Amino acid sequence: MLISELSSALGLEVAQDSYRDRPISSGYASDLLSDVMANAAADAVLVTVQAHKNAVAVASLVGIGAIVVCNSRPLPEDMVEAARSEGVAIFRSSESAFEVSGKLWAALHRP
Amino acid sequence: MAPLPISPETGPQAVLEILYSLKVRDAMSSPVISASPEDSMREVQYLMKDNGITGVPIVENGRLSGLVSMGLVIEALDAGRIEEKAGELMTRSVISLEDDMPLAFATTYFNRYTYGRFPVLNRDGQVVGVIVASDIIRSLLVAMNQEVERLEARLSAAAAAERPADGKVHLLFHVARFDFESAGKASAEFKKALKELGVEAGTVRRAAVAAYELELNEVIHSEGGTIGMVAGEGRIEISAEDRGPGIPDIEAAMTEGFSTANEWIRSLGFGAGMGLPNAKRVSDEFSVDSGPGRGTKVRVVIKY
Repeated sequence: MLISELSSALGLEVAQDSYRDRPISSGYASDLLSDVMANAAADAVLVTVQAHKNAVAVASLVGIGAIVVCNSRPLPEDMVEAARSEGVAIFRSSESAFEVSGKLWAALHRP
Repeated sequence: MAPLPISPETGPQAVLEILYSLKVRDAMSSPVISASPEDSMREVQYLMKDNGITGVPIVENGRLSGLVSMGLVIEALDAGRIEEKAGELMTRSVISLEDDMPLAFATTYFNRYTYGRFPVLNRDGQVVGVIVASDIIRSLLVAMNQEVERLEARLSAAAAAERPADGKVHLLFHVARFDFESAGKASAEFKKALKELGVEAGTVRRAAVAAYELELNEVIHSEGGTIGMVAGEGRIEISAEDRGPGIPDIEAAMTEGFSTANEWIRSLGFGAGMGLPNAKRVSDEFSVDSGPGRGTKVRVVIKY
């Protein structure tokens, strides 16, 4: 599945759409940035509630292509700007990280 | 008003130079808002209100005759004398400063006297401005910012000059305490430089992880420091050196999940206690040199 297909597949709102479209390798759900640094794969989708600029810094360092912010958390302007300049997609969901992760897993493992 | 915490005699050389090179005329507000001795106290009161000032020099033919402060206006109101002429009630013995005096002298005056403002005169005795404490503070801040920038540039240039011409990439950044705005910038620059060097993606990621963890450690735990990288010819060396409390128990710090970060920092998603373990895991050589009261130095080597 491509990053551009996430929004329709999971019912997500598109918050930042300036990115290089490519296939998603996996997902990673965590709110501890060090944990994401250690364990998320490149080209993964990060599922989190950490709606701030440093999540984008970590995503860009690790090669994460998209961040899904859950629970309708508001996105600060500087986070969206940082994502735009780093080319990291940001989506928002009204659902929880559990629900988003479940749907993402199912979408990635569809036969 | 509390004395200004700055001395024209002791302190950093750079600050003393600023205090003596800046003159009263560089900080004062001008043109001066003044009144004549013939104006009523009430007119002076309105001048203060309309201009948001607390003192008005009383001037005749450009020369200082006296001063009316807000305190004096209140006394006049209280005594029912607000319609009387400023010239009758003004303070006559007024301490004034000269426009070409160094700011160092002005700070001494502010600290010695309790007056909130001083009229400023030029060589011909004409009133050319008024100076208050915040004028001094503002000018000093601007000058200090510029000086710090100059010093930082000089430091980087000196570091650059010391670098051997070895064809390798040398980068050095300063990291400031709690500066989450810039946190990760150094690591991002390291990553860019490594990609430009043509280093393979997996190695770049290892270096980025190590750099980020060390950089964030300085932001979260130190009083500030530096993080640098030397890369090329199959070897990447990342060194982080900080001024800070130091690590009392390095073995504990190397344990996953052990963190000394505070509540607020954890709420941002940091302080998971994985920084040093993460950095060690991705490196080929890893060393920590730290102790209470002597800051922390971490060195990571990644070979490719």
